[in-house]
Amino acid sequence: MAGISLENWVERIRDPKMECMSRDEMASIQSERLVKIVKKVYENVDFYHNKMKESGVEPGDIKGVEDIGKLPFTTKEDLRDNYPFGLLAVPKRQVARVQGTSGTTGKLTVVPYTQNDADLWGECVARCLTMAGLTADDIIHVCYGYGLFTGGLGLDYGAKALGAMAIPMSAGNTKRQMMCMEDFGATAFACTPSYALYLAESLQEAGVVDRLQLKAGIHGAEPWTNEMRKKIEGILKINCFDIYGLCEILGPGVAQDCIHHKGLHIHHDYFYPEVLNPATHEPCAEGETGELVFTTLTKEAMPLLRYRTKDLTSITYDTCECGRTTPRISKFTGRTDDMKVIRGVNVFPTQVETALLSLGGAVANHYMLIVDRENNLDVLTVMVEVDESMFSDEIRKLDALRNKIAAVLKQALGVAVRVKLVEPKTIQRSEGKAVRVIDNRTL
Amino acid sequence: MGITIQQLSVFLENREGRLDEVLAVLGSNDVNIVALSLADTSDYGMLRMIVSDPNKGRAVLKENGITAMLTDVVALRVPHETGSLSKAMHQIVEGEVNVEYMYAFANGEDASAVLKCDDPARVVDILRGSGFDVWEATEAYTLNVGH
Repeated sequence: MAGISLENWVERIRDPKMECMSRDEMASIQSERLVKIVKKVYENVDFYHNKMKESGVEPGDIKGVEDIGKLPFTTKEDLRDNYPFGLLAVPKRQVARVQGTSGTTGKLTVVPYTQNDADLWGECVARCLTMAGLTADDIIHVCYGYGLFTGGLGLDYGAKALGAMAIPMSAGNTKRQMMCMEDFGATAFACTPSYALYLAESLQEAGVVDRLQLKAGIHGAEPWTNEMRKKIEGILKINCFDIYGLCEILGPGVAQDCIHHKGLHIHHDYFYPEVLNPATHEPCAEGETGELVFTTLTKEAMPLLRYRTKDLTSITYDTCECGRTTPRISKFTGRTDDMKVIRGVNVFPTQVETALLSLGGAVANHYMLIVDRENNLDVLTVMVEVDESMFSDEIRKLDALRNKIAAVLKQALGVAVRVKLVEPKTIQRSEGKAVRVIDNRTL
Repeated sequence: MGITIQQLSVFLENREGRLDEVLAVLGSNDVNIVALSLADTSDYGMLRMIVSDPNKGRAVLKENGITAMLTDVVALRVPHETGSLSKAMHQIVEGEVNVEYMYAFANGEDASAVLKCDDPARVVDILRGSGFDVWEATEAYTLNVGH
């Protein structure tokens, strides 16, 4: 199978009424939903009741989305403080399931869903799959992890809502993934972009790419660049899409890009987005980068008001070439907590990725940033895998490559970088979220 | 057989036991090492070897996740006479060929030097034209076996 070029693409829209609605009409639906949800959490969740009282806001003050700035924020810390079920807005017997994040530090973040919430999730993912050109005829190979992590089940629910066939592979065991992908005739697969690239390279190496039926890849859960998308698309001859979500709000399916790749369409009939200046909390202008903040408009089990995602992006409300009027957020430049301040300069792993890919295939885009502090000075080391084709037996040539990479990175990041060349396939491939930065500074 | 021979070059990260792993893979697959040189930098090492079967060596290393490549080099026979290497080098310089690196190994009555340069075929012509001999591939890969 081959990827479909833009001129031959047939756009499918699962819910044209909602996805192509005028901004005014949508605002009135959003306002109606916001008023209801604010009243609901004020009456049923102590946390919100107290927070609103503290800031002197009553449900009656919220007449529509124009009043959203009056509402208090919710943070990840609030979720941890209310672990596990402190933010429930329904009796526990109505909770159909929980999902959660692994939480690299401390306790899990637990997110309960009613059956309606789970159905809503499936619907949102089905919209995304449709945006990727998939229909009930497709076979979707899901190699996101199944379990508390939302990736696996989210895509599974989406496939179910779409009426497609789901293959619940879960993560790991690349050889078996390759075998099933070929034998079952998967037409789409879903996993993190870093694993997608690893799998694509493995399929290429095994020489089975031409025997696959794949046409689309659905990838998210970590920031990735257009260059990386094109690389995966090129190897597998498919179209890849960037799906976004976070378990606190829903899981994957909050937003996704369409074939035009001009930002990720937010399902804003369910999730009201704001992009705010992280320092002042004032709304950013269209196109200006800030922190993405969501209010869930219809969720039952754990509705959240103005949840601070820590993801940095910008937003645009222009109608997309695909026909959707849903607002689009730009591809993520990073997270407020992924960003490293190195000698006063803000550095995001994605900047390194873009710079490496600009070298045009000289280096594999598997990399790792290591931040150390030596003699009170921050030192950034970037470990880069040397592509087999660039490997030379002459040290002079390898050193020239290393110097070139260092120069490109310094130019891109604005900070001097030590480059360490490592053997291909030695930087660990993740099957969940890729670990791109190790910060050894003890500040 | 060609007059240049193939060297097996391996990129080695500076980490414990890596050289041992490479040698073990070759040993357990019956790839004999005739000559080797190990260059080191602060970050990585470069292992260069003349082996009994370069293609097999590369394949078994690749199967074990080790990056290796084959490079054309010249195996010069240097008589055990003072000044003979100097004389050979002089001829190469006169012929305007650039030598990238070189390492030596001993075998029986001769010493040998492995030379990497930008034009291996030309170096062989120069050397033969000035009375030196080079090892051909079939000879080079089996040197010292049984000694």
